[in-house]
Amino acid sequence: MSRVTLSGWGRTSRSVATVEDVSSESEIAAVLSSSRANIARGLGRSYGDAAQLSGGTVLRSRMGDVGSIDDQGVVTVGAGASLDELLTVCIPQGWFLPVTPGTRQVTVGGAIAADVHGKNHHVDGSFSRHVREMRIVTPSGVATISPERDGELFWATMGGMGLTGIVTTVTLALLKIETDQVLVDTQRFSNLDEVMSEMTGGDENFRYSVAWVDCMTRGANLGRAVLTRGEHARANDVENVSLHAPAPAKLKVPFDAPNGLLNAVTVRAFNEAWFRSSPRMQLAKPESIASFFHPLDGIRDWNRLYGRRGFVQYQFCVPESSSETVRVAIEHLSSSRVASFLAVLKRFGPSSPGPLSFPMPGWTLALDLPIGPASLPGLLDDLDEMVWSSGGRVYLAKDARLSPEKMRAMYPRLDDFLEIKNRVDPEHVMTSDLARRLDLVGA
Amino acid sequence: MENAFGQPQSVVVLAGTSDIARAITKRLCAARAHTVVLAGRNQQLLDEARSEALAYGARQVDVVIFDARDPSNAERTVNESFEKVRGTVDLVVIAVGLLGDQEHIENDAALVGDMVTVNFTWPVAALAQIRNLLVRQGSGRIVVLSSVAAVRVRRAKYLYGGAKAGLDRLCIGLADSLEGTGVSLQLVRPGHVRSKMTVGAKEPPFATGVDDVADDVLRGLAERTPIIWSPPILRYLFFVLRHLPAPLWRKVTNEVDR
Repeated sequence: MSRVTLSGWGRTSRSVATVEDVSSESEIAAVLSSSRANIARGLGRSYGDAAQLSGGTVLRSRMGDVGSIDDQGVVTVGAGASLDELLTVCIPQGWFLPVTPGTRQVTVGGAIAADVHGKNHHVDGSFSRHVREMRIVTPSGVATISPERDGELFWATMGGMGLTGIVTTVTLALLKIETDQVLVDTQRFSNLDEVMSEMTGGDENFRYSVAWVDCMTRGANLGRAVLTRGEHARANDVENVSLHAPAPAKLKVPFDAPNGLLNAVTVRAFNEAWFRSSPRMQLAKPESIASFFHPLDGIRDWNRLYGRRGFVQYQFCVPESSSETVRVAIEHLSSSRVASFLAVLKRFGPSSPGPLSFPMPGWTLALDLPIGPASLPGLLDDLDEMVWSSGGRVYLAKDARLSPEKMRAMYPRLDDFLEIKNRVDPEHVMTSDLARRLDLVGA
Repeated sequence: MENAFGQPQSVVVLAGTSDIARAITKRLCAARAHTVVLAGRNQQLLDEARSEALAYGARQVDVVIFDARDPSNAERTVNESFEKVRGTVDLVVIAVGLLGDQEHIENDAALVGDMVTVNFTWPVAALAQIRNLLVRQGSGRIVVLSSVAAVRVRRAKYLYGGAKAGLDRLCIGLADSLEGTGVSLQLVRPGHVRSKMTVGAKEPPFATGVDDVADDVLRGLAERTPIIWSPPILRYLFFVLRHLPAPLWRKVTNEVDR
């Protein structure tokens, strides 16, 4: 037990909490019954204030055992295991995660709290779709839950930002793979309209698809993009069939870069170099799982490049009918001279039943923005307004600045969530800095 | 809770009726602040500031009355203000201060004592209790209004500048003591600010308005700048002025204050 200063991956708001390492359900239950404010924290990869709790208790689970994988690919893992640890066990046996976010450095518990999505959401949905069952310690007791057993609590927990309790073990259905390679098609587009129309028509032919968009170009080149789409390579697609787990990162950012290193000028230059170095058109190029799915995991502590002030990530989704909002948002950014690194554009498939789950059928755009420009807070408030009025919403796992009013408007099923939370947490002891900021504690 | 841009949701403003404090409060309410406690001496001015905060978007604004000439009430004032927030206090602004008319009070020991009490002793006593409460909370920010007059004290304002200098230096040490507690303290050093406190005074170069100071403070909150100069150029100007030989310094300030 120790007092620790915690922040999210964006390194913005910081607060001090008592950190407790827990390794059994009874230990967790004991903490929840003695501490008045609690939240779980995995590897701290949510960008904002979701896994910190000023003056409260932050629980870190040591329950990270990876069980044996049955012949259907079903495995039971401790929620404290990272996706990296899980992949280390399952890839050599020919299994892969059914859904993986852009980093392997998140825990299974964190993946559930944020109901994470990957490049295959348009085909496979979010993480929750592949969870068969889980164990959770809530303030009112321990339970085994699944879509069939207390489905209400199961779905409230999926995307529930850890506010229903502490998940301890998870039973997950994995995806069969024959090799550790992905066959990737890469295509360059000189503007946003072209890439969006290609994605609308063609994404359904690929399991994985994502576009990297340059938000700093204007006019005819507005939103120029590189689209990468891929499929797992079959055994007969490659010369040497191998099943190796990704290697740990060799590079690391050793100290905080100076504030403002990533500014409009340097980011523009980076985006330019990156666009020019991407192939115009390349088909079925074999790539490793690590380089295709987790490019940023190649450099440890890359968030330090943003300097001490940190950065925010802004990710929103809008329904299919509001695809114009994506364009307007990028126009807004490119004309405001706010530095924004390569943005990630994706198509989403159907939503999960979770009342706070983020994805909805349509488009999602994610932006990394360094703290600094005085116009940035207002610019993002304007984007909130636009996203909300288009029927869309902002992703809580990335959020560090939304207002409670906008949160409520964007997540119309918030009251359903709070009702279930109140049932399992009548004393409101599950909370977080994010929950306090967005009024999700319950009353 | 404050957001990634250091925009608080709950704010306590000590001397919430000062022009600078009101300009800051307005901007905070327009951003994310929904709960505000304004502490001050004058009920009527507090009511005005309260309506202003509500008009700019606050949902709940309470007022607390105190007199900064009596440090024995500092702890009670802080406690009462925190209780009215009913929850996490994200930001405390200390704008307590008195410029005074030095020429007329410098020979009166009692009035000189009051100057030092209002500008130094009361804020320091309040800070002690604010520190206690915020450290226990594990988060929160403190913004203390200092002045460039504290950086190098000049003849025409030595009472005000001297007392502010004490507060300014003390706060730098206090800020260091807060490392690792989740709480932080930021100093604001404005130049000459056009406000009711300075009305009629001769304007030195780089004078600024209360709205500009408030903009600089909001930006400083987002960037977590330990010392917020307003206007920002004064940081460099005072780097030079601070090291001027005394005769030259007197000459420059005599010119400015004449």
